[in-house]
Amino acid sequence: MSASSAPPGAPPGASTGASTGVTTGASFLKPPDPAQAGVRKLYRSSEGRMVGGAARGLAGHLGLPVLWVRALFLVLAAFNGIGLLLYAVFWFFVPLGIGGVAEAKEPRDARSWLAGRRPDKGQVMALIALAIGTGILIDNLNLGAANRAVWPLLVIALGVSLVWRQADNARKARWVEMSHGKRFWPLVRAAGGVALVIAGVTGFIVVRGTGSHLGGILQAALAVLVGVALIAGPYLVRMTQDLSAERLMRIRAQERAEVAAHVHDSVLHTLTLIQRNADDPREVSRLARAQERELRAWLYRPEGTGRDDEPTTLAAAVRAAAAEVEDAHGVPVEVVCVGDCPLDDRLVATMQAAREAMVNGAKYGGGGAVQVYAEVEDGRIFVSVRDHGPGFDLDAVPDDRMGVRESIIGRMRRNGGEARLRPAPGGGTEVELEMERATT
Amino acid sequence: MTDTGSASPDSPRFTDPAQSPESGRRVRVVLVDDHRMFRTGVQAEIGTTAETGVEVVGEAADVDQAVSVVTATRPEVVLLDVHLPGGGGVEVLRRCATLAADPDQPVRFLALSVSDAADDVIGVIRGGARGYVTKTITGPDLINSIFRVRDGDAVFSPRLAGFVLDAFASTDAPPVDEDLDRLTQREREVLRLIARGYAYKEIAKQLFISVKTVESHVSAVLRKLQLSNRHELTRWATARRLV
Repeated sequence: MSASSAPPGAPPGASTGASTGVTTGASFLKPPDPAQAGVRKLYRSSEGRMVGGAARGLAGHLGLPVLWVRALFLVLAAFNGIGLLLYAVFWFFVPLGIGGVAEAKEPRDARSWLAGRRPDKGQVMALIALAIGTGILIDNLNLGAANRAVWPLLVIALGVSLVWRQADNARKARWVEMSHGKRFWPLVRAAGGVALVIAGVTGFIVVRGTGSHLGGILQAALAVLVGVALIAGPYLVRMTQDLSAERLMRIRAQERAEVAAHVHDSVLHTLTLIQRNADDPREVSRLARAQERELRAWLYRPEGTGRDDEPTTLAAAVRAAAAEVEDAHGVPVEVVCVGDCPLDDRLVATMQAAREAMVNGAKYGGGGAVQVYAEVEDGRIFVSVRDHGPGFDLDAVPDDRMGVRESIIGRMRRNGGEARLRPAPGGGTEVELEMERATT
Repeated sequence: MTDTGSASPDSPRFTDPAQSPESGRRVRVVLVDDHRMFRTGVQAEIGTTAETGVEVVGEAADVDQAVSVVTATRPEVVLLDVHLPGGGGVEVLRRCATLAADPDQPVRFLALSVSDAADDVIGVIRGGARGYVTKTITGPDLINSIFRVRDGDAVFSPRLAGFVLDAFASTDAPPVDEDLDRLTQREREVLRLIARGYAYKEIAKQLFISVKTVESHVSAVLRKLQLSNRHELTRWATARRLV
């Protein structure tokens, strides 16, 4: 029986012989290279395989050239098909993995041919060789009466191997995430495999001369199948539910781990720093504020990591500037933004002026909080920066001090906006910036 | 819900010594927060009744406890955390609605949260809280806010004012509903000044109006925020299973 059910396993031997020079050259002696510590597990290789990847996986595992392993299978196949049986066993029981090969040389497998994509030369050669080899093998078998059973079995085996190969590809696609968006061919292949198996079974029965009982057999088989489904159905359903529940748990655990990692990386380190700097209240509050800001951004901004490179909108730019000033000067900067709009050149200039105002507020504001308010109205934006310092008289500032005059007032004027400085009602200074938005 | 007027026009942020609660004034407060450490900290900060006039009469760690403690003690002000086990601050507000509406001895809620996410803030204000302050607030400012809420005034932090402006700016209401959901020009101005960090007194000076007028504007904003238009009203009522 083993000899006659060989065909699914036959391809490796035949194809190896024909195509070694084409696809396997680069993988020689590569597999042992990665320092594999501990117990190595045997996997079938999903890359550059001919049929099931068993030979390649085994070669990778043993550190032998793939050619040798394939040749061995081939030679063993000559002895009553032991090699083929062995190969089939490997295929069924060894899980598919990514190891076993290190070549990056266009891993094109039989799949490309079956899926109707451009077949490569080696593969065509292998298949021709396989066909010829199988033909000769069958011809030489000359099993007499048993020969009638061989063909149906061959068909069954082909169908089974097709379906199994399909399952392999599905699993491979899951890790490599290489869904090519082709839903059609896999289905055709699976259907073809199933059809082949059915045809084989039918043929087997018919050839055996039991065609007259076919109807009865089919009915009995159907009854058995329904019975099995009835018995096993609930267990299957339960198992699927358990599986999905388990998957959900795993996703939750992953999320928790991610939160834990973030908290560990940022919050715990900050707390450690705070403990170390406990006698420096300024540093402590600076650390705490920076951390609070980062954590808040991480928690409430769904897609963000909390630190984006360049702000592209007004509100983000105001917050970023405030955060920098807060960190640099150790003075809390409280930001309130109403509305938002994308930044343009004039708004960038406004942001630079606002930033300068924040720096002034932080420096001369007496250490109290600096309050920043930015509002986007229909055609213009308004920014107010307020501190609670001793106040500020522009006229009393020497002419050579350019900070306020150039960086704030001058900059706003050059860009078509307006800046006003005035004492705030409750003490301190308020800088008001107004800028027309570019009409788009 | 009416603006009873207040003797302390300070903003929640800046303490004016002349206006701080005079001795002899007492306010009974319940603390609702699921972090014991935080309750202890607030208690230590504000709970020395002889100095601050604040008497903490009860504490609660979740929604059920909060409802029973508030019902039992009938405080004047509840300091309410927004995120609580059992449904959050909004749930407490919902279940204490009758207490809050009591004309003789209303229980007033001041939200005190670490979150300043707009949803949380607007959510509890719509739920009926009279003010919203964040946990970074200093002790004296918090005491001030408690007294102002007790007196029926609304406590808006600059950030809250910003959220309110944002919320109303995005409401494109049909002109029929103008009275109900749009802020008047004056209310908008007042809110803008609050958002810029002005105290109520400073706003009054800036706009040449009395502090009392500022407060009534703020209360009007609060009222409009709770029920900003008819559509909103329906949704609000449905969410609370009132209709």
